[in-house]
Amino acid sequence: MELIWQGITAALQLLITGDAEVIGITLLTLQVSGTATFISLILGIPLGTFLALKQFPGRRFVLSLVNTGMGMPPVVVGLWVSIMLWRSGPLGFLNIMYTPTAIIMAQAIIAAPVVVALTSAAIQQTNPKLRLQIRALGASNFQYLWLILKEVRFSLLAAVIAGFGAVVSEVGASMAVGGNIKGYSRVLTTATVLEVSKGNFDIAIALSIILSLLAYLVTLALTLFQQKRQGE
Amino acid sequence: MPITKHSETLLKAENLSWVKKNKPILQGINFSLVPSEHVGLIGPNGSGKSSLLKILSFLETPTSGRLTFQGGNVPRPIPLALRRKIAVVFQEPLLFDASVQENVATGLTIRGLHRKQTRRRVQEWLERFGISHLSKQHARSLSGGEAQRVSLARAFVLEPDIIFLDEPFSALDAPAKEALVADLASIFAKAQTTAVLISHDFNDILRLTERTVILLDGKVAAEGSPSELLHFPESHPIGKFMAHWQKA
Repeated sequence: MELIWQGITAALQLLITGDAEVIGITLLTLQVSGTATFISLILGIPLGTFLALKQFPGRRFVLSLVNTGMGMPPVVVGLWVSIMLWRSGPLGFLNIMYTPTAIIMAQAIIAAPVVVALTSAAIQQTNPKLRLQIRALGASNFQYLWLILKEVRFSLLAAVIAGFGAVVSEVGASMAVGGNIKGYSRVLTTATVLEVSKGNFDIAIALSIILSLLAYLVTLALTLFQQKRQGE
Repeated sequence: MPITKHSETLLKAENLSWVKKNKPILQGINFSLVPSEHVGLIGPNGSGKSSLLKILSFLETPTSGRLTFQGGNVPRPIPLALRRKIAVVFQEPLLFDASVQENVATGLTIRGLHRKQTRRRVQEWLERFGISHLSKQHARSLSGGEAQRVSLARAFVLEPDIIFLDEPFSALDAPAKEALVADLASIFAKAQTTAVLISHDFNDILRLTERTVILLDGKVAAEGSPSELLHFPESHPIGKFMAHWQKA
């Protein structure tokens, strides 16, 4: 109990005093996970839309793969991205191993299946007659897709929340491809693991509280935006 | 120069057939429509009415046969510009998750009409359908009758060359339907709209159309004025259908 109390006190101290290292780690976490979520949306929304609207042989198989990808352990993603980015790997020439860019890449791969699956499910749930109505209104192919996505915008926001939640809380991939380098590629999850391994439970608790707060505040902002728009 | 009968025809279907999943849905359909005409399309369930409507409104392409619009062949794939000359209202209102005003403006917005003009036309058609007081309201909060009026306004605001109405009143209760049919009859009279109406209600067909086409088993079985078809059916199946239909 004392340990927990010490942790909370340490967290408050770190927050109130504005510890430069903790602020740096928090900002990097926000930047890395935010960018990864954004990339996953850029890739995931078109792919999810395609899977929802296009009939082709093997579509169900692809959908099942995407759904499996939603539960893919981050450490597995971390391993494969490491192999790809390793000096002798196919993407070794990029020279981005143990950098925040590598973490962004791995996290985008973790979040993408979440975005693809939720986008696809949301579009498949729209009334097929509404899709016909959009055509009947004279929409071009691009306008057709735009109107469908507009119709499922609240579900897409849920995909953003789920995608961000998945990457901000993962540790395996960040550790594997980021290397947890102090002041460079250390994010809140990897910093927490490090402090636990050193036995610094108070700092670990403090970091975990900051991480939870960060995840909560971002999710809260997105949820409030979603609910406000829905209520309009 | 006198206008020939052919050039007067707005839409013409010659020997149209449509096969879907190896099943013939429509066979040898001949159909024509002249400007400002209101045609009723009737037939039992599964006779191919909605399928024909989809083909005539350029939402589906026929398997064979010829389709001409304003005297010119309808190419395949059907160009967007041609699709935009047609509007369709379905049985369900199928409104977007947006306000009434935004719903009615959708078709004009996607045609790139100037915002000011869009607002003016939307307002005009909301008034014609008696729903201007609902313009700011969310589409999900409307009653069935109001929602269908929005759906009709969304189609009419496009001022299309032809408007197709696929059982637009079937989901409404009697008072809402009665009021809407009366308003639509008045709009038809004033706006010189060319329309094709599918309905299961004999009174709707009598009030809103001058010519009726009967579809039986995917084929045009007869055509003429509604009362002509009712009183002088050309064959036993038509007589049987008309008698049953009138009762229904």
